[in-house]
Amino acid sequence: MMKGPKKWRLFALMTALLVFLSGCGREEISTLIPAGKVAQDQFNLLILSSIVMLFVIVVVTIIYVLAIVKFRRSKVGEDMIPEQVEGSARLEFIWTAIPIVLLLILAVPTVYSTFDLADVTAMDAQNEDGVAENLTVNVTGKLYWWEFEYPEQEIRTAQELVVPTGERVYFNLIAADVKHSFWIPSVGGKLDVNPENVNTFYLEFDKESSELEEGVYFGKCAELCGPSHALMDFKVKTLNREDFDAWVAAMQEEQAAPTETLAQEGQEIFEQSCISCHAVNSAGAPTGFGPNLTTFGDRTTIAGFMEHDEETLKNWIADPQQYKPGNLMPAPEEINNGEPFSDQELDALAAYLMSLKVEE
Amino acid sequence: MDLNKRYTPQTWPDHPETATLEGKNKFVGFWLLLAAETVTFASLFATYLALKDKGPSGMEFSASGLFELPLVFAMTMILLTSSLTSVYAMYHMKNHNFKAMQAWLGITVLLGLAFLGLEIYEFNHYVHLGFGYTNSAFSSAFYTLVGTHGAHVVFGLSWFIALMLRNAKRGLNMYNAPKFYLAALYWHFIDVVWVFIFTVVYLMGVIG
Amino acid sequence: MSSNSQKKGFGATIWDYLTTVDHKKIAILYLISGGFFFLVGGVEAMMIRIQLMKAGNDFLSAGTYNEVLTMHGTTMIFLAAMPILLAFMNAVSPLQIGARDVAFPFLNSLGFWLFFFGGIFLNLSWFLGGAPDAGWTNYASLALASEGHGIDFYSLGLTISGFGTLIAGINFLVTIINMRAPGMTYMRMPLFTWTTFVASALILLAFPPLTVGIFFMVFDRLFGANFFDVTMGGNTIIWEHFFWIFGHPEVYILILPAFGIFSEIFAIFSRKRLFGYTALVFATILIGFYGFMVWAHHMFTVGLGPTANAVFALATMIIAVPTGIKIFNWLLTIWGGNISFTVPMIYAVAFIPSFVAGGVTGVMQAIAPLDYQLHDSYFIVAHFHYVIVGGVVLAILAGTHLYWPKMFGTMLSEKLGKWTFWFFFIGFHLTFFIQHFLGLMGMPRRVYTFGADQGWDLFNAISSAGALLMAIGILILLVNVVMTVMKGERVGNDPWGDGRTLEWAIPSPPPFYNFAQTPLVRGLDPYWIEKMEGNKEGMVYAEPLGDIHMPNGSFIPFVISLGMFIAAFGAMYHTDGHAWALPVLIGGLAITFGSMLVRSLKDDLGFHVTKEELIADNERIQREARALEGGKKGGLK
Repeated sequence: MMKGPKKWRLFALMTALLVFLSGCGREEISTLIPAGKVAQDQFNLLILSSIVMLFVIVVVTIIYVLAIVKFRRSKVGEDMIPEQVEGSARLEFIWTAIPIVLLLILAVPTVYSTFDLADVTAMDAQNEDGVAENLTVNVTGKLYWWEFEYPEQEIRTAQELVVPTGERVYFNLIAADVKHSFWIPSVGGKLDVNPENVNTFYLEFDKESSELEEGVYFGKCAELCGPSHALMDFKVKTLNREDFDAWVAAMQEEQAAPTETLAQEGQEIFEQSCISCHAVNSAGAPTGFGPNLTTFGDRTTIAGFMEHDEETLKNWIADPQQYKPGNLMPAPEEINNGEPFSDQELDALAAYLMSLKVEE
Repeated sequence: MDLNKRYTPQTWPDHPETATLEGKNKFVGFWLLLAAETVTFASLFATYLALKDKGPSGMEFSASGLFELPLVFAMTMILLTSSLTSVYAMYHMKNHNFKAMQAWLGITVLLGLAFLGLEIYEFNHYVHLGFGYTNSAFSSAFYTLVGTHGAHVVFGLSWFIALMLRNAKRGLNMYNAPKFYLAALYWHFIDVVWVFIFTVVYLMGVIG
Repeated sequence: MSSNSQKKGFGATIWDYLTTVDHKKIAILYLISGGFFFLVGGVEAMMIRIQLMKAGNDFLSAGTYNEVLTMHGTTMIFLAAMPILLAFMNAVSPLQIGARDVAFPFLNSLGFWLFFFGGIFLNLSWFLGGAPDAGWTNYASLALASEGHGIDFYSLGLTISGFGTLIAGINFLVTIINMRAPGMTYMRMPLFTWTTFVASALILLAFPPLTVGIFFMVFDRLFGANFFDVTMGGNTIIWEHFFWIFGHPEVYILILPAFGIFSEIFAIFSRKRLFGYTALVFATILIGFYGFMVWAHHMFTVGLGPTANAVFALATMIIAVPTGIKIFNWLLTIWGGNISFTVPMIYAVAFIPSFVAGGVTGVMQAIAPLDYQLHDSYFIVAHFHYVIVGGVVLAILAGTHLYWPKMFGTMLSEKLGKWTFWFFFIGFHLTFFIQHFLGLMGMPRRVYTFGADQGWDLFNAISSAGALLMAIGILILLVNVVMTVMKGERVGNDPWGDGRTLEWAIPSPPPFYNFAQTPLVRGLDPYWIEKMEGNKEGMVYAEPLGDIHMPNGSFIPFVISLGMFIAAFGAMYHTDGHAWALPVLIGGLAITFGSMLVRSLKDDLGFHVTKEELIADNERIQREARALEGGKKGGLK
């Protein structure tokens, strides 16, 4: 008998907790579940300012509710003519001074944090051997995809950013065409990717992304850049330093040719039709017109936002415009002697692309 | 307001431009318009400074290499003089001396036309050097700033000419006095803008 | 030329409105066209919310969605909110200062027609190859890359309507400076007139940078200039600066008149003079002044550097102080009053919590490092809708109810008004409150779709449901308007019973000359003072009854605007190599400048309403008032 209500209470509590947690969004992308120093600083500012603002709202609400309850016409009488008060210098002073104090409380951490988050002086620091002490990634925003170049390591990848945890990673951002904005919500606030100048900032990644449900953090383009702005996603894989070094070493090697027959067939087609835009080796590869595909088989998405399986891949190759309107990848007819790819060819291409891996 | 009322220098008010409500409205409204114009030119100047000498890689033009001061100095002198002659015209307007006013306005218009002629010559010269409007961000900003001023000169001249012709027969009255006054005010504004163009574009361009 | 309120034919009425220079009729023109564009923008908003109702929806294609979102923002700001506020400014401020008309009646008409033709031009893009698709901010790199003529419709349309707005701004400034009735000192002006004044000053100084920026855009796209072309040495950040040097004051151009309307409402329906009138006036001026110092807070993520960001962050925070002063003075106005919850007052009361919510999130965004997270996310979308809808649109709805009797002489239904209010108010909070959290959960703005794996489904569905409620509220308002017009029950001078300012001392709608005799103003809230002193005549007058000078109507403003409209088509299609484009461009400009020349050369001295006509008209007004009284008594039986 007693168990019923108790269970009910527990259930209610769990539901409330669930709603609260769902109110925070997903760990992969929510700013409310910070996963790095920058996002944590910004989250703290959010909490501080929310508290201050809540105080303002409470004060206003109390005066407001009292006023509209106490002085309604049905209460004070139809013909009552109120006293025509002019104002009060003392009250004006109070509600000028108190907000100024509240703003000062916010101003100090604002200024501190603004300078702290913009401090990229350590970017060029080198150790005795002339090797950079910190990792720098050059990010280029292009119409609906992202290129990541690691200048020190001389490797290049696209769509999936791979970074080590527990250290500052510096970013140089520039746009190749129109303006974009680089944003990994759970790791830190955004910075615009302008066509005319390089913007620089840093982020820190606390947690290995393999612990996440999706295995990666979600990155976004935050500046309207054309029809497929909404689809200009990228993913962030965070590895501990050891794994990261291993990944870099694997990227720097010449990639092995595929062993399966179907994939080999696919390689032939790829080298006829695709290779002029897409590089499949990372080391020393120049900026291609299209994304570098060295790690294609390791990725979690196709084109940054679709399921990572062969079926989707084949659909994508067969008609890129249908899935990402306005992107610059040519239709098969333009690169395959005026013909669409046959099912056989698509199967082969998919097998080949999925075989492109640097991770085990 | 009675257009047929005849004035003599004795009955003519000291400030005919603001003697009626309509005149007063026009007076205040025009000053406000000049405020908006000032912001417009400030924006153009800011853009020019931001884009000065900016162009595609390997652009051969720069402010210091392109501009020649003697011609621009002559233009400046002409325009400054025209501002002075328009002051004389307004002096005679306030004394209700219509003929003298028209004469000085005529001289103002001639000086303005001379300025305009030199400006067209200057632009033509640059275009022949290859410094066209679409040449670079620098050229676009230069022509837009100086050209907008030039367009103002054209408008100011047309305004003067229209007023002079329209009122040639009937002389001054309380209806057209504010119009003459505002046209002259506009002319001064154009002059002031040119002084800034001369300084910011040409002097600062040639020196550094 | 006297326009007595005799029944006219349909054609004659149309011609009357095409040529009118009467500020009260121009106000009606602004209200109708602004209202029309408000509905268009509302339909666009509904399309956005339908598309985002669920993950991966395909109601709109990616390209169309961008067009819809661009046109929603542009329409609502330039073609709906501003014109409707200009309608109230036109209808009310000259009456509030005891003027017979605005300073430049001809320019007033020109301003309207320029706005109108600019708005039509912009919206024709839907039928002529596609609307602009780079957002209402139209950032330069994307705008230059945009194909077709959408962006050209945007730039040319806004240029034309922008000239109109600038003219309107100058007109109100001069009217308020020069045409106040005797005794109407600056510190006795009603707050709505004060906000009109400051907003007009902001228009005067904020629109030129926008016009310059848009001209650069036109030159770049149509005439091969290189202001924003990075490969030719151009710089797209210049656009961002100009846009926001305009854009931030623009927000205050919208919100200050809204504050003015609410100030009037609080005083009228609390039967109390505004608490801290002086503080409210100076807060208005301060907000206008600071409005020009903070534009870069829209650009915190552009990479301007920590010093610029810190300075603009602090400058932005300061604006919270005068805004807070206003809120508290309003609260103290209703405190100790005698509050009557009419429809305008309900809107005003609802405005306070809504606007405070929008204000505090504004301060949060002023914290630059925090803004790196919030910028361009749905948090921003939520914030500015709280300010614009919770402030400006509520004021527009409140003002429509408040001033409807003064503009049309009839009363909107209070009952239907309350239905509209509840649907709109609940829908508004349902739509936008939850968007704060969508933003914090990582949802960027201006996305045409989102994946099911992002965790945003539920909140988007709730938001879309709220939008539906808002739409229902607006539909009820339309029904209300139609029913009120059909019924046509006339009301007297002061239909709310507690009017305080001069506009309530004269008939609704007022005669075309407004005041037969210019009133003498003896203090703040002049009509209230006379009422409290038991003045039977309504007002004290500053002059004996005599002839009144009035301006002639004119068709020229319409023609000038039409010329620019035509020329814009020529300029736009010129780049496509059409042979007819250049003649059209030149022809349009010829019409514009030709009609300006005609205006300049032809003397237009106006006409006089004689004393006898005034006396006759006054008798008619008295007769109608008595009939109204009698009707009321009859109704009470």
